[in-house]
Amino acid sequence: MALLEVRNLSVSFETAAGRFFAVQGIDLSVDRGEVLAIVGESGSGKSVAMLAVMGLLPPTATVTADALRFEGRDLLAMSARERRGMSGSEMAMIFQEPVASLNPCFTVGFQIEETLERHTDLDRAARRARAVELLAAVGIPEPEERLRSFPHQMSGGQCQRVMIAIATACNPKLLIADEPTTALDVTIQKQILDLLLRLQAEHGMGLVLITHDMGVVAETADRVIVQYNGRKMEDTDVLSLFERPQNPYTRALLSALPENARGGRLPTVSDFAPGGAA
Amino acid sequence: MLRFILHRLLLIVPTFIGITLVAFVFIRLLPGDPVLLMAGERAVSPERHAELMAQFGFDQPLWRQYVEYTGGLLHGDFGYSFSSKRPVLSEFMARFPATLELAFCAMLLATVLGIAAGILAALRRGSWVDQLTMGTALVGYSMPIFWWALLLIILFSTNLGWTPVSGRISLTQFFPTVTGFMLIDSLLAGKPAAFWSAVQHLILPTIVLATIPLAVVARQTRSAMLEVLGELYVTTARSKGLAPRRIIWLHALRNALIPVVTTIGLQVSVLMGGAILTETIFSWPGIGKWMIDSISRRDYQVVQGGLLLIAAMVMLVNLTVDILYGLINPRVRYR
Repeated sequence: MALLEVRNLSVSFETAAGRFFAVQGIDLSVDRGEVLAIVGESGSGKSVAMLAVMGLLPPTATVTADALRFEGRDLLAMSARERRGMSGSEMAMIFQEPVASLNPCFTVGFQIEETLERHTDLDRAARRARAVELLAAVGIPEPEERLRSFPHQMSGGQCQRVMIAIATACNPKLLIADEPTTALDVTIQKQILDLLLRLQAEHGMGLVLITHDMGVVAETADRVIVQYNGRKMEDTDVLSLFERPQNPYTRALLSALPENARGGRLPTVSDFAPGGAA
Repeated sequence: MLRFILHRLLLIVPTFIGITLVAFVFIRLLPGDPVLLMAGERAVSPERHAELMAQFGFDQPLWRQYVEYTGGLLHGDFGYSFSSKRPVLSEFMARFPATLELAFCAMLLATVLGIAAGILAALRRGSWVDQLTMGTALVGYSMPIFWWALLLIILFSTNLGWTPVSGRISLTQFFPTVTGFMLIDSLLAGKPAAFWSAVQHLILPTIVLATIPLAVVARQTRSAMLEVLGELYVTTARSKGLAPRRIIWLHALRNALIPVVTTIGLQVSVLMGGAILTETIFSWPGIGKWMIDSISRRDYQVVQGGLLLIAAMVMLVNLTVDILYGLINPRVRYR
């Protein structure tokens, strides 16, 4: 049984111009210990699909699916309270903007311990000890001192490490990382990715990595899903993706990489057959 | 934090000098001879006039009058009231608790009800609750305060007879003054009937004085809350599986309060202006009514001193707000 199983997931929003489908009929599955990358350009519905899995979409969104199961449990049939019990403990998510993801009014320690307080029976001292341990595990020096820091006193990379500490606090089975390195410097990007992969391997988590960076895909993923305009274009293992892309959109996406460019001008997706993509 | 407070305290010095200058110059810009105004309809001989001018120091050049005035201020001397012949400071202190009691009750009502209404409207954005709350707030904000006060008096005091028309407490109630606050003193004296009378007298002035700040606080809370609820850290809080109540009251409200506290601080200064109207309408024996009476009597020293003391109060409130702002906003505290 897959850790996460999604069949025919659609997400739509009611807008002034009518119903808008952000995600249309996506299928995917994630196994324990697997790294799945979801790639696609901005607006292709990658984040919305994963927010739907986490149950974090605003009430204005309509989520439908033939199946949305976590360890065989039907997420759509659960009450809001039951889903809250899972989020942050069994499944967790980190976001693109690490500094904005943390509440500016509370210390880092408070924000880590809050998750522990919500999902574990640890007492105050044990939560503090666990928070120190978590900060050390994500590579923040002087963790005891840093617990008292506010987010604005830390760099973007450090904030993302704190977010990872919060997300992994209760040893989740599934971690969704929504473009975790996009807002960071290149050198920090590599460190954060290595950290995510190390924690993923240590805890045997399923990791969903949303990205538009093909380099990140090649380095980290076991399997890749290519998404375009709310639909799934391709679902394959990472080697096949680069060696034998099946879908015209995937081929277009790969050709648009600067290193694959031939001639003076960089090709764009619209240079390729429009019928194949949309 | 201590450095932050010290810095704010130091800023008070130039502000206060500026206020003394403005209060002093503006009073003297008003047309009219103070001695003639004091004398009223009685005739004053030119000799007596010159004598009185010299007695009050009005024959001195302006800069000298200012230096002497500020010199007196530094010794805590705010001058004397021409009409009562008592020191301005002691007149002020006798009336100040009445204003403070009313202003405190009004601000408490405006803050508690305003924040609650703002949160409710933000959470039910676009619903009839939101529209009703914000519509009422707009009406409250736009209404002339004296007209609103008269309406309330006609309905509750005259027609229904539920509340007294004016004053601070029933004339039949007596108890020793300890703090100057009727609500506290009546309880200290163990007189529940007096306490109830004070409460009844407070209700209408409190509502009238609270109306505008309440509307402003409600609208500000709503917009701050809506902005904060769209922030990514609220999504993070939800992703941690926290209960909606905790997310709204702790994670969102704490951030939304930052602009709201500033608004409340500014409203306190507005409240001082509102207090003058409200106190006059309800014959509330506070500094607002005292100032109005003094202006009509052309009691310059009182107007001047009263203005300074009110300004000092507003500065004190602003300092408190600044400190509070630093406390709830860590980005200000640790720069």
